[in-house]
Amino acid sequence: MTKTINITLKVWRQFGPDVKGRLETYQAKNISTDMSFLEMLDVINEQLTLEGKDPIAFDHDCREGICGMCGSVVNGRAHGPEKGTTLCQLHMRHFSDGDTVVIEPWRSRAFKIIKDLVVDRSAFDQIIQAGGYVSVNAGGAPDGNAVPISQENAEKAMDAAACIGCGACVASCPNASAMLFVSAKVSQLALLPQGKPEAAERALAMVRKMDDLGFGNCTNETECEADCPKEISIVNIARLNREYLKAGFLSSVI
Amino acid sequence: MNWLKNTLGSSVGKKLMMALTGLSFCGFLTVHFAGNLTLFRGKDAFNGYAGHLHSLGSLITFAEFILLSLAAVHVLTGLTLFYQNLSARPKRYMVNKSAGGRTVGSQTMPYTGLLLLAFIIFHIQNFHLADKTHQTIYDIVSNSFAQPEYVIVYILAMIIAAIHVSHGFWSAFQTLGANHPKYMPLIKSVGVVFSLLVGAGFGFIPIYISLIA
Repeated sequence: MTKTINITLKVWRQFGPDVKGRLETYQAKNISTDMSFLEMLDVINEQLTLEGKDPIAFDHDCREGICGMCGSVVNGRAHGPEKGTTLCQLHMRHFSDGDTVVIEPWRSRAFKIIKDLVVDRSAFDQIIQAGGYVSVNAGGAPDGNAVPISQENAEKAMDAAACIGCGACVASCPNASAMLFVSAKVSQLALLPQGKPEAAERALAMVRKMDDLGFGNCTNETECEADCPKEISIVNIARLNREYLKAGFLSSVI
Repeated sequence: MNWLKNTLGSSVGKKLMMALTGLSFCGFLTVHFAGNLTLFRGKDAFNGYAGHLHSLGSLITFAEFILLSLAAVHVLTGLTLFYQNLSARPKRYMVNKSAGGRTVGSQTMPYTGLLLLAFIIFHIQNFHLADKTHQTIYDIVSNSFAQPEYVIVYILAMIIAAIHVSHGFWSAFQTLGANHPKYMPLIKSVGVVFSLLVGAGFGFIPIYISLIA
């Protein structure tokens, strides 16, 4: 038999980017513990719609933990209390009957609230546009295995590439810093031969763009690593620091 | 020199300045503590050590100038980072909960830093700028620590210093990019031991002077 629970939700409601928001209380009744957190919000939204009220706006897409669209701060934790889990993969079995759950949007100067729990994360796109790419001229594809890459570096690059760009690192950082995101994107390219030619320009351009957008500074609180749904390590931040300092002091890029 | 301003002016550049000046202060604390050990060998050893230092003349003035410059960089950059980090999240969360990454040291860096600044100003006024024509440096130390309030202030300051260093030490290495699976555990352990030594080592001096010597 399916277990059901009743919980109290306090959800951040804000009708637009520049209006004042506040926490609204909702009762979530008979919630199956097999539901995901977002399915629970779907149930609430159906109720609100039937009552003629405005449903809670929240971001979501694949609901499989791989697209990076979903994410809210649940009881002070980005993507909720479970380690290495996106909000869509968080299940209601991790909550108890009678719990009060506070749901807030990512809060950062660089992520403007669009509505309720939906924030504008285009700042991440701007950082990628600044340098998160490799320039490859068209031509015949190189032979497979023509460029040797050590297993160790391939693994490290893959670990960094696991970043889905959800923004939880910014949300959980006490300084709203985007260093974990930027470091993952710099690392996945800096570790591989294809990324080497533009490594210096990339490190400088991405860090400068990140600063311009109003993200905070990393103070090694390591909250990002603890809340990241893809468990990206702060070893990447050290690599970004190395890449940045190497580019700043040793390359000819200004 | 525009490139230098660009490189140091960014978030990573400012952190580099914090790391380098912070590690310099760790070095200074070590030397300062080594000098203070002469206190345990009595009045003459300590006065002799101070006399030897002052006989270096302009070298000491130069060292003081370097320390003051490092302090200015550390404090001003730290305050800039503190202000920028506060303004990076204009609207705070209603519920705050750590995911387990933060430590007492990392959470309180700006506050312990400002308290240490206040202590250092007090300490310099109290010992360095004190009248030394009618009393030796040992007299100043023993007269100060004859007063319980001085003992308490100094012990509290050393606890605060230990908390500050407990995050600062490993954090400086991380900022310099020195995070390696083989060495990071060692760096973190050395940081913990070093902060304990700072707290217990310096903190023991007022107790020793006021109760034992």
